Amino acid sequence: MMSAAAVQAIDLVKWFGKGDIKTYAVNGISFEAKYGEMLYIVGPSGSGKTTLLSMISGILRPNSGRVMVKGQEIWTLPPNDIADFRLNNIGFVFQDYHLFPKLTTVENVAIPLILKKQDWDESLQIAMEFLEVVGLQDRAELPPVKLSGGEQQRVALARAIASGPDILIFDEPTASLDGVTGRRIIGFIKERLLTEHRSILIVTHDSRIFEYGDRIIKMEDGKIVEVTNGGTREE
Amino acid sequence: MRFPLPGLRLNGILKIAFKLLVNDRGKFAALIVGITFAVFLMVQLTSVFAGILSKASATIINIGASVWVMDPAVNNPLNSIQLPDYILDATRSIDGVNYAVPLYSGAALVKLHDGTYQPVSILGLDDSSLVGRPELIQGKIEDIFADNGFIVVKDEEFPKMGNPKIGSTFEINDHRGVVVGIARVATSGLFGMPTLYTTFKRAIQYIPSPRFTMAYILVEPKSAADIPYIKQEVAKSGYLALTNREFQERIANYYKYQTGIGTNILIMTLISFMVGLSICGQTFYTFVLENMEKFGALKAIGAKGYELVYMILFQALFTGFTGYGLGVGLSSLLITVAKRNVPNYAASITFFNLGLAFAMVLVIVAVSSYIAVRKVIKIEPFDIFRG
Ligand SMILES: Nc1ncnc2c1ncn2[C@@H]1O[C@H](COP(=O)(O)OP(=O)(O)OP(=O)(O)O)[C@@H](O)[C@H]1O
Ligand SMILES: [Mg+2]
Repeated sequence: MMSAAAVQAIDLVKWFGKGDIKTYAVNGISFEAKYGEMLYIVGPSGSGKTTLLSMISGILRPNSGRVMVKGQEIWTLPPNDIADFRLNNIGFVFQDYHLFPKLTTVENVAIPLILKKQDWDESLQIAMEFLEVVGLQDRAELPPVKLSGGEQQRVALARAIASGPDILIFDEPTASLDGVTGRRIIGFIKERLLTEHRSILIVTHDSRIFEYGDRIIKMEDGKIVEVTNGGTREE
Repeated sequence: MRFPLPGLRLNGILKIAFKLLVNDRGKFAALIVGITFAVFLMVQLTSVFAGILSKASATIINIGASVWVMDPAVNNPLNSIQLPDYILDATRSIDGVNYAVPLYSGAALVKLHDGTYQPVSILGLDDSSLVGRPELIQGKIEDIFADNGFIVVKDEEFPKMGNPKIGSTFEINDHRGVVVGIARVATSGLFGMPTLYTTFKRAIQYIPSPRFTMAYILVEPKSAADIPYIKQEVAKSGYLALTNREFQERIANYYKYQTGIGTNILIMTLISFMVGLSICGQTFYTFVLENMEKFGALKAIGAKGYELVYMILFQALFTGFTGYGLGVGLSSLLITVAKRNVPNYAASITFFNLGLAFAMVLVIVAVSSYIAVRKVIKIEPFDIFRG
């Protein structure tokens, strides 16, 4: 039985530094992300958005608080199990994509499958299907550097979804794209990737895409200051 | 692209590692060139040295006697110091000596048919026993007793005697010499001279000698257990008895430690090792630094720390082995070509050389990957994630 929330954060706290320079990047945050929901996390630079995403995806250990993903409390797991949990349940798109320039596009997409120890040829075949989903099957054998920014973003998307994770986490997915491309990507995410078994969390500065969010969590100084429903928000 | 080793199915993570490495053409080339170059130099230098050592001991290897009695100042078979005759009798009377015979070893000039002079090395075998006789490929050993009989060794220096046949003649100190046999030996000498065998008596008759005539006494003990006593007794009379192996080592040590050849080879080998190490260590380190983000991204996606370590080790080992193979191949090629063209080229690749170079490659691989692994396990995917 699925738990009600895809992601549940309870009283998360993360600080950096010691003594005088101790700063609270995230200072007591609780929220839930539901299945079938596209949740935005917005806020000024330095407000702790990336720190928060990292803690709920098992990348950065919180100083206190708990994270439940798909009903599993992740920070009580041993490190290798957290890595496996991420591999099996969470798909990422990093702010800078972090594609491998020395691998082909389709090999890039296949990485999560290969890390899951799937057979090489089989992984490439599945990756190819996901490249088709993002409309880049004809670029499969090129290195990603030969692709445009928007195309690279789609490759990163294909990689994030290739292993079929239920949680997708995107940090600033449209930051380096022009308005039209950014909206097209977000539209694509919402239409094609958001299913009722999936929860998508997007961190963004980009007010041009706010209308696509189901809910928007607004952060300031490591705290949630406002939660609104998407599409209703004024800029 | 498939991994280019038949029969080896790499797991996908190592395949990614392989591609990250090989597709970074520039750095991969630098790494391979660095290791190949270092291995090549190491193998080349140590092989040349091994060749010199084995050729320097040629007489000992070819004569093959178990125990050699000599003047304590001898450190090189060519510069033998003649022994007084009474030592032969003294040696024969030591308990545990089965037999002891003299060996003549010296150099002479022969005048060939075309009138040219050729320095040769002469070995005179004990007339009654012919101990230390070579294996003949033409002729009969008894013919060594025939008038003016000499046996010529067919080695790289053989052509310098004018490619003689049985019956060919030459002059040696106004005496006639006749080739009565052609012999084969295990090792040819270092000094680029043809080798002639004859009897001890003829050697001292044809070649002007000082008062004493024996270069060595060849001793066959009754059993190996008698050797220490024989050595002890010989030492009492102020001379030195060495086993075959000890004599070879003595010569090797002379070249290693007293001629400067050894020290120079050692220094050069160390330098090539250092050059290889620094090229590879640095390049590999840069390679890993440049791929830091990628390793971080892999970790964020769900690769485990040990998987990244495997990747690094695999990359380092693959580079190391490829470079090792190329380096060894290159020096074998060079040595083969050189031997074909330079008759007395003294180089032999021994398992020791190969092992030494391999050990050095392993050190290079270990140091390079240690530096890289230390970096990689410290990667915090959060830092990558933050961009
Ligand atoms: N490793 C770190 N060491 C020290 N301080 C850090 C570290 N990581 C983050 N911080 C601090 O934590 C705060 C939150 O950082 P975070 O990256 O989460 O912000 P953000 O909301 O994602 O900003 P942006 O919109 O610019 O990406 C910032 O003040 C930052 O300086
Ligand atoms: Mg951020």
